[in-house]
Amino acid sequence: MTTRWNRKDLLGLRELSVDEINLVLDTADAFKQVGTREIKKVPALRGKTLVNFFVEPSTRTRTSFELAAFRLSADVINISAATSSLSKGETLKDTAKILEANHVDIIVLRHNSAGAPQFLAERLRSSVINAGDGAHEHPTQGLLDTYTIREKKKRIEGLHVAIIGDILFSRVARSNIFALTKLGARVTLVGPSTLVPRDFEKLGVTISYDIDKVLPTADVVNLLRIQHERQRKEYFPGVGEYIRLFGLTKERAKLLKPDCLIMHPGPINRGVEIDSELADGNQSVILDQVTNGLAVRMAVLYLCGGIAA
Amino acid sequence: MRYPNYAMSAIVIHNGRIIDPANGRDEIGDLVIVDGKIADQSAIRNQKSAIEEIDATELIVAPGLIDMHVHLREPGFGHKETIASGARAAATGGFTTVVCMPNTLPVADNPSTITWIKDRARDSARVNVLPAGAISKNLEGLELAPIASIVQSGVIAITDDGKCVQNHELMRRAVEYARMVGVPVLDHCQDYNLVGHGVVNEGEWSTLLGLSGWPAAGEEAMVMRNILLAELCDHHIHCQHISAAGSIRLIREARGRGVKISGEVCPHHVALTDAAIQNFDTNCKMNPPLRTQRDIDAIIEGIADGTLTILCSDHAPHAAFEKEVEFDQAPFGIVGLETELGLFIDILVHKRKAISINRLIEMFTLEPARLLKIEVGTLSIGANADITLIDPDLEWTVDASSFESLSRNTPFGGWKLKGRAARTIVGGETVWQL
Repeated sequence: MTTRWNRKDLLGLRELSVDEINLVLDTADAFKQVGTREIKKVPALRGKTLVNFFVEPSTRTRTSFELAAFRLSADVINISAATSSLSKGETLKDTAKILEANHVDIIVLRHNSAGAPQFLAERLRSSVINAGDGAHEHPTQGLLDTYTIREKKKRIEGLHVAIIGDILFSRVARSNIFALTKLGARVTLVGPSTLVPRDFEKLGVTISYDIDKVLPTADVVNLLRIQHERQRKEYFPGVGEYIRLFGLTKERAKLLKPDCLIMHPGPINRGVEIDSELADGNQSVILDQVTNGLAVRMAVLYLCGGIAA
Repeated sequence: MRYPNYAMSAIVIHNGRIIDPANGRDEIGDLVIVDGKIADQSAIRNQKSAIEEIDATELIVAPGLIDMHVHLREPGFGHKETIASGARAAATGGFTTVVCMPNTLPVADNPSTITWIKDRARDSARVNVLPAGAISKNLEGLELAPIASIVQSGVIAITDDGKCVQNHELMRRAVEYARMVGVPVLDHCQDYNLVGHGVVNEGEWSTLLGLSGWPAAGEEAMVMRNILLAELCDHHIHCQHISAAGSIRLIREARGRGVKISGEVCPHHVALTDAAIQNFDTNCKMNPPLRTQRDIDAIIEGIADGTLTILCSDHAPHAAFEKEVEFDQAPFGIVGLETELGLFIDILVHKRKAISINRLIEMFTLEPARLLKIEVGTLSIGANADITLIDPDLEWTVDASSFESLSRNTPFGGWKLKGRAARTIVGGETVWQL
């Protein structure tokens, strides 16, 4: 592997090269082994301090980053919007400057505004890892999804990946689109026209409003949650009609190839975007995604943490 | 500079290219100013000693430029701009008259606030500051402001700029009422339902960046509304800061039928596309947002064919700490007074060759003066000697750190432009020179 990692920050997958993406995935391979050992800890980030700065609430991503940091021997603190001075009117910039003044090496930021991680990265010497910014990007999710596909299918190039659901408000969709198209997958977006605007075609993907036509050729289906908390307007007539048109029901799942992977970044709304039994079925790799997420985040912290010396 | 003990103060601006669209004049010559008014050559025939001489060789001598869309932030937001600092920025940009928007604190929707602004301007501003008043009380779009009273206090137009009256019936009554008191209605065209929480143009870049889109239709719908109401009420509605191609098509069609509708353009809407937001630069966040090359081309075509008649800045100062936040949370707007003339000459006259410098001056003088029925923007004998000297070929670099404005929120820092003001004269007095 000749690719070198030169980024102090991971802000998104749009700006990563194919080699950089592969480097993260290969590094994650090595870290995945660590998780199976009796002693799950390596000293890679010993003496470094990491702050999980979660302005927008999250359990799964925060826990995953926290565990990843522990396993790399970093010291970790968690800050949420409610416990930070943001709730007292302090600006994001000031809060971050104060973290930096405390010699924090890595800031993992989850924020409801697109671009917030870049805003910090441009102003701080610390590494900034985007743990999801608004509807913009969720790069570690995109990487762990890609890692999981590569692990199960042994390749990305030439695969047909269907991303189904609320694309407009989804940072997971955007990061997946960037990674998968760079690595040569064919991506189809499926969902109501109001949540899958045609502008997405400019990202090199196909759009379909007919899930039944897409499922038979898919090698992977990635189901996204309808993000009620982001939607301020009326985007579709109701959950019942959504399930009728786009829900992955047991009946519809019969259209899938037997080896098609079913993925979901969580949290799952069982019985809405996916039938409850399918989420736990043998095509589902939802829990593998969680396990791989840990390895991918260790890889990202290791690579960026090594730059922000 | 002044000769206060003389019975008559006289200035001669020599050898400039005098462009005065109000009088159809374009010639090399001398312009005479006596006691702060434009005068005839004969007025100084017997006065040789106390004449101030200004050499305008290679310069254009134009009527003082008017920017009919600025935010001077006082009262209420003196940390962003004051009437005094905004007026200095105006003078630096070549403007002798500015029209300030009513979204102050308190809102300029009542006679006492209007009077306060006028007093403040008289005491602290070196250019003419003309206030616009609100359409609705507190800019809430719910009840009419006391329009006749604020007109009597001196507002020359009404607008809820920054906001847009959504209730078409209220807007209709405002237009009818404004007709009675003889002021035009200026409108910031934004349909709240269509725009929602949009922060950038809805399109490729909003999709890519996951930012909420502000669709062009959100402007066009209100431009159409205004055309219908201008027709219904037979009174002038002026559409502020037009950004979308569709708006221009609508205005062109309506003007062709004689509807009293007009539109204005800000420099950022012809200088930048929405691609400028790709690094989440909050100095590229304005309302309406930067749009596409197609929209820029349509705006320039609309300027060239006379559909869009007025140029302005929408000068919107914000303090650095207010802009240096997450993109969603940053306030809309950029400063513009000190860059707009350079940008417009550079883009419209030099690069795109859409209009002549004569027409550009007309769009900054005669057109707004006619719309607002104000007695400025002319070099007629007897007019106030508000004059801008312009070097249309001077190459310069924008340096935000040297702005007279209290704020620095501009995306144009470091831009190399061709054309700028060289001297600004208000009432015969030089208030700024290069």
